[in-house]
Amino acid sequence: MKEIMTGNEAIARGAWEGGCHVASAYPGTPSSEILENISRYDEIDSEWSTNEKVAVEVAGGASLGGARALSAMKHVGLNVAADPIFTMSYIGVNGGFVVITADDPGFFSSQNEQDNRWYAPHAKLPMLEPSDSQECLDFIKDAFELSERFDVPFLFRVTTRICHSKTVVETGTRAEAPIKPYQRDPQKCVMQPSAAKLRRYLMEDREKALRGFSNDCKYNRVEWGSGRGIGIIASGVSYQHAREAFEDIGGEVSFLKLGFTYPLPDELIKRFASEIEAIYVVEENEPYIENFVKQLGIKCKGRELLPAVGELDAGIVRKSLRGNEPAQGHSVDATPPPRPPVLCPGCSHRGICFVLSKYKDIAVSGDIGCYTLGVMPPLGVIDSVICMGAGVSAGIGFGKAFSRGATPPSGKKINKVFGMIGDSTFFHSGITGLIDAVVNKSPIALCIVDNRITAMTGHQENPGTGRTIKGEPTSQIDLASLCVACGVKPGNVRKVDPYDLKETEQAVREAYDSEEIFVIITTQPCALIKDVQRRRAGVHCAVDRDLCVKCRACMKVGFPALSFGGDGAEIERSMCNGCAICAQVCPKHAISQAGEFND
Amino acid sequence: MTKGILLVGVGGQGTILASKVLSEGLMRAGYDVKMSEIHGMSQRGGSVTTHVKYGDRVYSPIISQGEADILASFEKVEAVRWLSYLKPGGTLIVNDYEIRPLSVLTGAAEYPGDVMGKLSSAVRNTLAIDACGIALGLGNAKAQNIVLLGALVKCMKLDGIDWHAVLRDVIPPKLRALNSKAFDMGAGQSVK
Repeated sequence: MKEIMTGNEAIARGAWEGGCHVASAYPGTPSSEILENISRYDEIDSEWSTNEKVAVEVAGGASLGGARALSAMKHVGLNVAADPIFTMSYIGVNGGFVVITADDPGFFSSQNEQDNRWYAPHAKLPMLEPSDSQECLDFIKDAFELSERFDVPFLFRVTTRICHSKTVVETGTRAEAPIKPYQRDPQKCVMQPSAAKLRRYLMEDREKALRGFSNDCKYNRVEWGSGRGIGIIASGVSYQHAREAFEDIGGEVSFLKLGFTYPLPDELIKRFASEIEAIYVVEENEPYIENFVKQLGIKCKGRELLPAVGELDAGIVRKSLRGNEPAQGHSVDATPPPRPPVLCPGCSHRGICFVLSKYKDIAVSGDIGCYTLGVMPPLGVIDSVICMGAGVSAGIGFGKAFSRGATPPSGKKINKVFGMIGDSTFFHSGITGLIDAVVNKSPIALCIVDNRITAMTGHQENPGTGRTIKGEPTSQIDLASLCVACGVKPGNVRKVDPYDLKETEQAVREAYDSEEIFVIITTQPCALIKDVQRRRAGVHCAVDRDLCVKCRACMKVGFPALSFGGDGAEIERSMCNGCAICAQVCPKHAISQAGEFND
Repeated sequence: MTKGILLVGVGGQGTILASKVLSEGLMRAGYDVKMSEIHGMSQRGGSVTTHVKYGDRVYSPIISQGEADILASFEKVEAVRWLSYLKPGGTLIVNDYEIRPLSVLTGAAEYPGDVMGKLSSAVRNTLAIDACGIALGLGNAKAQNIVLLGALVKCMKLDGIDWHAVLRDVIPPKLRALNSKAFDMGAGQSVK
């Protein structure tokens, strides 16, 4: 049947058709919908794992046990999962095993732009790179069988424009794969040094076999044009951009379209190049293919013409390779104001960010999640964001530097370090940082902003929500007890309602004054959760015109629903959920909560 | 020949849903279709774009600068932001609707004046629509996106597709009647 699907939907469909039994992931844009879609297939045992390392180990174990398995993650997630992946490459598989990495050229939703194709040669994992949704489906369907044939996990590399583009797909049926027999085999599966060394030699033979396969497989193909003047080598979405960039003279140009990109097909590339006058390699981010082509002694151009940063499109390729400037048709004499993403109206993170913003002698070590947006004006509270979990551990380090006298140029001493981390992120990799802080006596004040969901990536369940990926009730991990179990004194753990500024301020003050490690857990759920929206649908805030003195105190909190007109503060009723933080900052009590909760 | 439609707006305005209906209809009409959206962090009230391309054979899923046949802007200043993507002679469909970003609310930036006037003088083929007013008239401001979709489909001269059937299949049942009306009202707008 013909359907229009995103790459992520097609990957899920292809995994199902390919007989996948077990699937695991930690959500991360642009990969999150892969598992969301897989979880709808009853034949596949799917789970949101605590983090990407856990996900790969769960799927890896399932593979060794005989099941076909996959793990999906965003590019930076593969860093977290790198440890099991490198050694799973030595062990190989029993049931087919595929690891999906979703890279983000153009930084649409990520803290960096790393090109995970380099992981393939580094970990010696064969790699498939689809260039549209049909290939997502077809390639992953084949990947399980290929993984079994070559006894190696496969890396499956996609990018934002593959994951989140819908293209037309012909679907098929599920090929039921029996669970493979399990035979205990310590020489293969117990990676102590002597066994690992033997496997390492076998990997060299495997690489040769894979290189041979790469030279003669359907995933790598030459599309000859009528001429031999220009030849393009490309993979993934870059192939599509390159095709379009030369569409007007498409008949003349020849393409080497690569879908199996580790090991790269040396003989095929040499044959292609021997017939072509000028070779161009079109790829986003790193010169991964280009370096290989040059190592073969073949002259080609790529990075010297194409931008090193950001995603490509057909216009950029046309301009870079052919010198054609984009058409300029229209201009208008107006400057659009910046419109970056902001904390939503009614966001549960706003209260704690606002309270922290009033302390001018603190540093806040932030983390990955919606609360990263606390860095935006007017709140402006976050000092650093590195990666999942660093909100806790980088905060420990900040504290060490400041306690040795590090001061900002203002000369005003930083007296306290706060960490800020979300619920899902804390479960992912904040716990280890907290234990580190307790054991090494680092008096960090940690704010766990618990909004009862993994919000930024689109509301996935996590260990604190009490639901599995399939929505079934399950054990709920209690954050306060967990912190106490990590060694935080019970008296130093505070749960606060971040919509209640007084309560939040009191807890922040206590944490600021404490010389011991202190944890504040905020308890308001994400304002976008359906049940929360339903409960608060009838609640909003209203301004009393007679009392408003136009002092703009409410504007310091940064509400998208609040604006300032000639008559003072105005609240956009359709956006306001009645969190009433603005009412609490108004010195004249001109704003009040109105309406009723649907309880 | 491949056609490109760039839909732009503010996170939460329903550009993605409108694009889904559009690409589903185009596929049913037998075109090759690609649609590319960006979501994730930018959906939190940020500027959003969706690319829809169709034709006999579509390669790249995204529209390059100066190559959109139609720019459909769900918010007026977003039309200014993305105008360089509209090709010479292309059509601008713009919702006469203002969403002030936080930078304007806090006074750090200004929302430019007379945006609609400036856009109409810059682009000869401009269709300005009060989609919000129309949707409010139907009882739900959120149907703005489908009003705009109706106008867009009319501009593209894609009348041969049973759009109401596509709407029925893509949109949740309780909103179907509303969106069906919204679509017709939008389609009526572009006939001058």
